[in-house]
Amino acid sequence: MSAPLAKVADAERVLDVANLRAYYQTWHFGVSRDVRAVDGVTLHVDRNEIYGLAGESSCGKSTLIRTIVRAIRPPLAVVEGSVRFDFGGRACDIYALDRARLAGIRWRHLSYILQGSMNVLNPVRRVRESFVDFAFRHIGKPMPQFLALVEDHLARLRLDPAVLGSFPHELSGGMRQRVTIALASVCRPDFIVADEPTTALDVVVQKDVLALLREVQRQIRSSMILVTHDIGVHANATDRLGVMYAGRLIEEGRTGEVIREPRHPYTAQLVTSLPRIGDIEPKQGLDGAPPSLAAPPPGCRFHPRCPLAMEMCRREHPPMVEVAAGHRVACWVKAPPGGMAAP
Amino acid sequence: MSALLDIDRVGMTYVSGTLLARRVVRAVDDLSLRLEAGRPEIVAIIGESGSGKTTLARMILNLATPTDGVIRFRGTDVAKIRSNHARADFMRQVQPIFQNPFEAFNPLKRVDRYLFMSARRLADARGAEVDALADRALHQVGLSLAELRGRFPHELSGGQLQRAAIARALISAPKLIVADEPVSMVDASLRMSIVNLFRSLRDELHVSIVYITHDLATAYYISDRVLIMQRGRAVESGAAREVLANPQHPYSRLLKASVLSPEDAGKPTIAANT
Amino acid sequence: MFTVLRDLLRYRTEFRFGAILTGFIAAFAALSLVSPYPPQDQFVVPPDLPPSWSYWFGTTSRGQDVFWQLTFAIRNTMLFGLSVAVLSRLVSIAIGMWSGYKGGIVDRLLMSVNDTFIVIPLFPLLVLFYFVLRDRMSWPLLALAMASLGWAYDARLIRAVALSLSSREFTQQCVFSGMRTREIVFQEHLPYVLPIVFYTTMNNMNWSIGLEVTLSVLGFTDIDTPTVGVMIYWANQHTALVAGVWWWVFFPVLFVMILFIGLFLLAISTNEYIDPRSRLARMGDVSG
Repeated sequence: MSAPLAKVADAERVLDVANLRAYYQTWHFGVSRDVRAVDGVTLHVDRNEIYGLAGESSCGKSTLIRTIVRAIRPPLAVVEGSVRFDFGGRACDIYALDRARLAGIRWRHLSYILQGSMNVLNPVRRVRESFVDFAFRHIGKPMPQFLALVEDHLARLRLDPAVLGSFPHELSGGMRQRVTIALASVCRPDFIVADEPTTALDVVVQKDVLALLREVQRQIRSSMILVTHDIGVHANATDRLGVMYAGRLIEEGRTGEVIREPRHPYTAQLVTSLPRIGDIEPKQGLDGAPPSLAAPPPGCRFHPRCPLAMEMCRREHPPMVEVAAGHRVACWVKAPPGGMAAP
Repeated sequence: MSALLDIDRVGMTYVSGTLLARRVVRAVDDLSLRLEAGRPEIVAIIGESGSGKTTLARMILNLATPTDGVIRFRGTDVAKIRSNHARADFMRQVQPIFQNPFEAFNPLKRVDRYLFMSARRLADARGAEVDALADRALHQVGLSLAELRGRFPHELSGGQLQRAAIARALISAPKLIVADEPVSMVDASLRMSIVNLFRSLRDELHVSIVYITHDLATAYYISDRVLIMQRGRAVESGAAREVLANPQHPYSRLLKASVLSPEDAGKPTIAANT
Repeated sequence: MFTVLRDLLRYRTEFRFGAILTGFIAAFAALSLVSPYPPQDQFVVPPDLPPSWSYWFGTTSRGQDVFWQLTFAIRNTMLFGLSVAVLSRLVSIAIGMWSGYKGGIVDRLLMSVNDTFIVIPLFPLLVLFYFVLRDRMSWPLLALAMASLGWAYDARLIRAVALSLSSREFTQQCVFSGMRTREIVFQEHLPYVLPIVFYTTMNNMNWSIGLEVTLSVLGFTDIDTPTVGVMIYWANQHTALVAGVWWWVFFPVLFVMILFIGLFLLAISTNEYIDPRSRLARMGDVSG
């Protein structure tokens, strides 16, 4: 087990996202609209850590990571802000790269694990061929050595190298997802993006897949962003956690801290409403619904549903304020900029 | 005591493929479950994908016919309900809740349409009664007709839609609701209000609920009894809190051990099951 | 309905173009009603004159005015395409919906018939049809023949839509709201089927017109009724291109191409507009 907590001092940043805004700009028969899916997000990911991104459906978390890896196409466009990667001393702004340089970075330094693993594995080719398609030219070794390396990699992840000879449809959903993880990590990338990698899986398999993700991260010491709506997954797999609501980051900190001592009323609600086996306390859901990103409310976007909302919350958006080391919260009540935090 | 729902050694076999490449899938095998009339309860059917839990739901709702065994609702064999009249009568008493609230309503039609339709067709309401009935059902789920009138599905959140779907099911004052993964697509912040709603349906409206889920935590939270399914068979059943607190069957134990609890936060030491 | 047309005309360049082109051809066809010469008459004008102020599109070797002859030809061709499309739509909707909703043995039976029609080679069959009928051949008969052959692809398409609609959750919701099958099909599902019907109508018109032209050029139709294909047939018979009477072929081809492009543009733009997904996008937020 690596000890990311102890390494804060020499932590170096792999990813720096500054004030990122990405909107869906659509125009349908005279009706033009901006959907502000990512609206001013600032975050960073250190080397050798798993950063979790939590939030409900359509809070913008998927859009955010698509923007981070520059996998966007119209109508989605970056309106403001920057995304900077630092791959072992080679810093770059991903939106300043040309196509060739971008292609050079993908898989070698930056790879993804997506929810629908079938989209990655070619259904009519054996798994071995998918490995060749994706990784061969990045590794730059002759074919026999390359295949030996792939088998080695699978063995290290305790996957049977026999899967290389199978077609994707012959594997179970969980095994496919594990193969995708192996595929995404075979080039030992500095940064892996995992978007809901376990959402479509059954609970038993889900745990194994998360264990594998953790194992990959430990072995190749890369950084990872793990996106999922499931707080249980975050609790068990991530080092730091960012919570998004309506296109904005509202709380961020060490996963344990955020889940045990949530500051933002929304995070608090998310965490306390989770049912647990052995706990029969009545839990309350939250009233109302997340706002439309096309017409978000003024001020804090959570205020229409917030039990603590005050006048200020309706007028101005709260800034992210550091309430403890590495723990940032955007809330006028719980984290006023002056530092006089309510208990 | 008479049975409200009596599932008696039911099985379902699917045959797929062509004559030469026939594949036989046993989706449900020798499954029995009995819900008593006059004692409303929530029975959770827990299983993973492929466990046959959705097939079971479809059989209870008479959307699929069991290949063996029999399902009786208040003494009548569900599979024998064929005439329009008998079907309407059955639907008055047994109603479904579906998994995906965004799919449960036609995206091109107003949501209230289905409430009105149920009121007219299943509750025989006329004129102003229709609105009154819809409004009453919506109040039972914490909404109102004023909020919902004229709205399209995309204008409502998943939680609101799922409430509206429950309200629609309630209009004919059913005795049994079959809910297939009703909260798995609902956002976490809205999920508990829906789950709590099921509990109040049982306590206040005396509706029995078959709650089909893969989520042990919510099953523990609301159900009276559970039945754990694996590959079409019931592997363990009994009082919910006893079974889930102390599962006996190896599969039930594995399921419980796989639940990711937020309690473990901050010490990400997840280990594989296998 | 009018707002749909207005929106389409205002915001869709493709639709605007399509409407202008098709409208132009339709107006041209309407001129046949005021033609000074009956379509069958020959040698009413001096033969083989190139386009000029008195004969805009020139005259044929048979002494016909290409302009007025073409008004009849286009009218008949359009009517032909429209009747094939409408007739075959009736068949494909009925078969597709029936097959999709009924399922089981009905579905298997209908689809095996359907697939038979898909693999039958149409062209030789139509030629055979001509040889059987010979002098009794007329364009309504040909339209009927083509309509009864041209429904199979689209029936499959409509069946697939019906099949997917009937397995959707909202259909179950309708059933458990006490709606009858007929109501579900016509009120809930029709909006999803209509775009496909409309789209295939345009495509089917294009297909049938194309095939009619092909058959006519080869002389396998009633060559006394002027259609675009028949005009080209006569031009060929008189070796018009060798003789330098290019206008006899050029204008029919030009006009039928304009009609093709017009119908195609109408189909794609209207399809996008009435597509449920695009309707939702206009109604409100669907992305996230």
